[in-house]
Amino acid sequence: MAGVKLLGFWASSFAYRVIWTLKLKGINYEYIEEDLRNKSQLLLRHNPVHKKVPVLLHGDKAVAESLVILEYIEETWPENPLLPTDAYERAMARFWINFGESKNATFFQFFKSAAEEEQEKAIKETVEILKIIEEQSLGDKKFFGGEAIGLVDIAFGWLAYWFEGIEEAVGTKLLNSTTFPRLHAWIQNFKQVPVIKENLPDRQKLWAHSKRFRESLIQ
Amino acid sequence: MEEENQIKLHGMWGSTFTKRVELALKLKGIPYEYIEEDLSNKSQLVLKYNPVHKKVPVLVHNGKPIIESLIILEYIDETWKNAPRLLPDDPYERAKVLFWASFLHQQLFEDMGRVITSDGEAQEKATKDLFEKLTILEEGMKEFFPGGTPSINGENMGLLDILMYALFGPYKAHEEVLEMKTIDPERNPLLFSWVMALTELPVVKESTPPHEKLVALVQFIRENALQSCVA
Repeated sequence: MAGVKLLGFWASSFAYRVIWTLKLKGINYEYIEEDLRNKSQLLLRHNPVHKKVPVLLHGDKAVAESLVILEYIEETWPENPLLPTDAYERAMARFWINFGESKNATFFQFFKSAAEEEQEKAIKETVEILKIIEEQSLGDKKFFGGEAIGLVDIAFGWLAYWFEGIEEAVGTKLLNSTTFPRLHAWIQNFKQVPVIKENLPDRQKLWAHSKRFRESLIQ
Repeated sequence: MEEENQIKLHGMWGSTFTKRVELALKLKGIPYEYIEEDLSNKSQLVLKYNPVHKKVPVLVHNGKPIIESLIILEYIDETWKNAPRLLPDDPYERAKVLFWASFLHQQLFEDMGRVITSDGEAQEKATKDLFEKLTILEEGMKEFFPGGTPSINGENMGLLDILMYALFGPYKAHEEVLEMKTIDPERNPLLFSWVMALTELPVVKESTPPHEKLVALVQFIRENALQSCVA
């Protein structure tokens, strides 16, 4: 059985998507921490196009882009499936994963906007997206995947942990039990799943990192 | 028999996203009903089927709507497993195709859009980005076409072929409106010969709108965008 390695960065929510998926499937892997200011030859060789983490190495194969990696893992190790078997349900799952991804720029805007008008606009857009996710994707389900977590939960996982640090750095709380009751409940449930609970970066470290990163962007 | 296996595609004749789905359906020989949408006056059906994005294309299969062109293509490939297969079966080959699909769909498409909808310095920068990405793509595609010039036919067209055609098929119209080359046989020989091979295929030819209509559409998009730019 060819060895599995994951090139990641401790604060990256994209890397954690892969960690959670590997662990949920019980796949053994070696984790390699990348210093993003001093990228390794391994990283540059295996992701020459984007030079980013995460990168999954499986034997002599290299897969880049977190969502592509998730699909690769799902297909290579079909046990404990994280996507529905029905083609239509799968299309819906992929749609929501894609939707979340397409909104990265908006969330990033919320993270780095400082001027009042800029921030107001970013907040408005972020709230709209959270509403769509809560009402149309999650609905009344316990998890995005239904009774158990799936790839959609994993793709949105950053909302359950990283987002709070972002809100803290920005100084604006958008997601709580009053504003988004169902999403808030999902966050609590998601963080209770053993694989997730045991695989999250240190909260204080992460929040400090978010703050520093934001400051560097604002300057 | 009427409701079962009923396939409808809501689209727009000039939309590159709609084109992708049309091609896939034609390649697989899947009969469908095409409904042209007036994007300034979307039908109730589109709004009902795609409340999140309110966009075309929307594929409706047995009454169930599927949206987002790439997702529709994956759905088509998984539901109709006859040739041509749009995506490889092997997970690693599939991952490689999906990686480049994402590159074409997000990065190149956005860059192309920026070149069309900007002028002056902004356009210069967007053009520079586009050419850089084309160079990366040219390099990346060497693995997919080890023999050099691609030999593609209606039996072996896949996802990347469809995306490439949808994006660069209209290159002559782009050139005419922008008065510059986007995809260039000297700068990107492999990509250029790939697009040439694609545009010659009968199944592609019959889906290609007339040149004048395409030019008018690109012109319209460009003028609209430039007008709405704040000075």
